[in-house]
Amino acid sequence: MRIVIIGNSTAAVGAIEGIRAADSAANIAVISAEMVHTYSRPLISYLLEGKTDIDRMKYRPADFYERNNVQTFFGCTVTAVDAVARAVVLDNGEHIGYDKLLLAAGSRPFVPPIEGLCGTEHYTFQSLADAKSLEAALTPKSRVLIIGAGLIGLKCAEGIHSRVGNIAVAEFAPRILPSILDGGGAALVQSHLVGKGLTFHLGNAVASVDGHTAALADGAQVPYDVLVVASGVKPNIELLTAIGAKAGRALITDSCGRTSLPDIFAAGDCAESIDLTDGRRRVLAILPNAYLQGRAAGKAMAGLEEPFTEAMPVNSIGLFGLHIGTAGAMRCEPETDNNPQYSDVNNYRRFFFSDNRLTGFILIGDVNRAGIYTALVRAKVPIDTINFAAIAEKPQLMAFSPAARKQMLNGEKNDS
Amino acid sequence: MKRIYVREEWCIGCHLCEYYCAFANSGERDMSDALRGVKINPRIQVEDADGGVTYAISCRHCERPRCVEGCITGALTVEDGVIRLDEEKCVGCYTCIMLCPYGAINPSDAGKSGRSRPIQKCELCLNNANGEPACAAHCPNRAIIFEEGGSPCGL
Repeated sequence: MRIVIIGNSTAAVGAIEGIRAADSAANIAVISAEMVHTYSRPLISYLLEGKTDIDRMKYRPADFYERNNVQTFFGCTVTAVDAVARAVVLDNGEHIGYDKLLLAAGSRPFVPPIEGLCGTEHYTFQSLADAKSLEAALTPKSRVLIIGAGLIGLKCAEGIHSRVGNIAVAEFAPRILPSILDGGGAALVQSHLVGKGLTFHLGNAVASVDGHTAALADGAQVPYDVLVVASGVKPNIELLTAIGAKAGRALITDSCGRTSLPDIFAAGDCAESIDLTDGRRRVLAILPNAYLQGRAAGKAMAGLEEPFTEAMPVNSIGLFGLHIGTAGAMRCEPETDNNPQYSDVNNYRRFFFSDNRLTGFILIGDVNRAGIYTALVRAKVPIDTINFAAIAEKPQLMAFSPAARKQMLNGEKNDS
Repeated sequence: MKRIYVREEWCIGCHLCEYYCAFANSGERDMSDALRGVKINPRIQVEDADGGVTYAISCRHCERPRCVEGCITGALTVEDGVIRLDEEKCVGCYTCIMLCPYGAINPSDAGKSGRSRPIQKCELCLNNANGEPACAAHCPNRAIIFEEGGSPCGL
């Protein structure tokens, strides 16, 4: 059997490991536009900050392809998928046949239609190549303007902070990290970042740019030397939507990654997930999700059905030494008085409950053992069966009954 | 494989496991040199619950390790069933801390060299000179045992 994977990042690696868990013989081909060994994209900010290097950024060891007997086509772009002939077409005209195909092509930076942006120099921050281009443009005196105060924009700011003159961030939403933080948490993190010298223009779209000045919606003029666009990403789905695959914002798949097209799978940022916290389809563009989607698809392509049904938002981000951990949904039902438990910058904790379940949480500062909360969200543990009050300040397994704890910690080995 | 199991009903809450863990991972030869004046940050932690209930928690080395699945760098891997940490690769993003249902991966103190070691976890003392879990070897009431057995069920 011949399995072709388009893409070489997290979901592709998950797929390769999933295939090999089920089938040691299948012929695997990986096609990637990038010329490099699989690397962890979230590490590009750490690279610019000097906290890692190209070698340590490798997401899997140097012998990964060899050990898994994977044929690599690096520096190749797929221009079309021919589902009838069951082949992908490369930019050099070569056709590569498949029995099963996985699209793990991720996403690309979304560049908003800002007047003047198209014709002026700007940078994005997603790939290693992006990081290197940006790095080459920086000087110790650079005034940098970042459009977007999301995870990518702020990690970029952290990564380049010590190498530039100053950094301003413009964000359309009224608060920073709008997809993961509430107002109170965002204000705390923002004050931490302002303390590090960042400037923010919030609730403020960039109306136009001319190469050295950005005009904001409120009339402010922000001069810059280097412009970074970090306004979100767009899933790379066109190869499959062009031949009729069903898609919403990204490709729609079953829980083993099957698209609506026969023998074609999708995983990672180009595929939607069903968010277990509310049962809705959405793109959960986080690395653990990409890996697990990829692995389920890999196993299914190799004939092993092990659906991945535990997708949910989980974000962990550190910014200038301040850690933020969030998971699940930011909503409470019924609307209750839900003030943060603590509001100190070193220990901000907010929990969201719905229907006797913990549906989400925000921690800022102390995130130690937060996975215990994540597990409560994921497993939908009825809150009235545990002593949540005992662990609101500090996550511990003491919330559970001794019997439940015994099962969790020792499993089968209950007596000896 | 051999795993660490904890027997809550036998735990007397002495916290000795924490001190032996800190010593084993200190790199020191002498326990008093290792622990004198040090606020320990061990890889096994005793929870003191209401009613005098105590128990020790360390990495379960899950058969389906969420920490390894979610690790953004590839620093966490499974070697012969043991979840190992490559401190060189880890950047301290704490995704594993967000994913471990036991709370058994924790932020680490800086190493003695001053180099940051962003996280730490139990590696069954395979990463230090002990070679076998010091916590189990020194538990005075055999509440922590190191034996052959299956993976825990988790949450």
